[in-house]
Amino acid sequence: MQAETKTTVDRTSGTSGASIAVLRFSGDISSTSKDSVLGAWQSVNGTGPVLLDFSKVDYINSSGIALIIQMLMEADKTGRKVAAFGLTPHFQKVFTMVGIAKYAGLYKDEPTATASL
Amino acid sequence: MTTTTGTSVELRIPSRLGFEKVPMDTAASVARLMGFPPERIEDLKTAVAEACINAIEHGNHLNEKLSVVVVLSATADELEVKVVDNGTGIEKPPSKPDIDRKVHGEEDPRGMGMFLIQALVDEAEWVHDSKGNASYVRLVIRLDKEIELDKESE
Repeated sequence: MQAETKTTVDRTSGTSGASIAVLRFSGDISSTSKDSVLGAWQSVNGTGPVLLDFSKVDYINSSGIALIIQMLMEADKTGRKVAAFGLTPHFQKVFTMVGIAKYAGLYKDEPTATASL
Repeated sequence: MTTTTGTSVELRIPSRLGFEKVPMDTAASVARLMGFPPERIEDLKTAVAEACINAIEHGNHLNEKLSVVVVLSATADELEVKVVDNGTGIEKPPSKPDIDRKVHGEEDPRGMGMFLIQALVDEAEWVHDSKGNASYVRLVIRLDKEIELDKESE
C-alpha cells in the first residue's frame, strides 16, 4: 500500500558557483522510507548546502516528517544550510506548523531555493 | 452536488501501515461530495491518515488480526470521522511538539501525529476505554457555509 520512496542524488551550482547537493524524492515519505531518505542524506556527507526536492512526492505522514527532522538534526550538527522546494501548499503549511520551516527554507521552485543557499 | 446529509460510511481496515490511505481517500471523497474546499480536504486527509496510523501502531500494535474501524458521518454542515481501535486509548493528548528540542536531539523526532490532527480539524476528541474494547478518536470538520455560498455566487 505504501508507494516506494525513490531518492536520487544530484548536484547543482549556487549563485556563487558553489556545489549544492540535491536530494530528489518521489513516491511516499513514510515509515518505510528510512533507508531511502537517510541513506541519500548520508551519501552527501560534508558541510555544503543541501536542497530537498519534494515536487514528485505524493504523500508525507508524521513518520516521514520525523525522517526530515532527522536530516535537519544532522545538518544542524555541522551547520549545513538546507532548503526545500516543490511542496504542495498543504505540506508547506504542515511543515510550517511543525516548525520545519525554522530550520529549512521552503520555496516554491528550484531556482528560488538554490538562490537562497 | 450530491445529497450527503445523514449519510454514514463504514470501513474496516487491517492493522497494517499503508492501509490508512483507504479511509484517507474515502474521507476525501465524502468531503468532496459535501462541497468542502480543496484545502480543507487536504487537512482532513492528513488528520484521518494520522488517526489511522495511531490506531494501527499504538492501538492495535500492528496486529493484523485486529481491524481499525472508521465511520464517516455526514450532516448538512459537518463531517464526523470516528477511528476505533482495540487499544486502551490515551487519557489526554500530548503537549505540543518542540521542534528545537527535536532538532537538538532532546526529544524524539517522531510524535507529530496527534498535534497535526488537533491543528487541522475543527474538533478532535480522544475517548479511551481502559478495557481495550473500543477506544476511538473523533474528528469533525465543518463547512463554513457563508464562505461556500460566497464562492458559489462568484
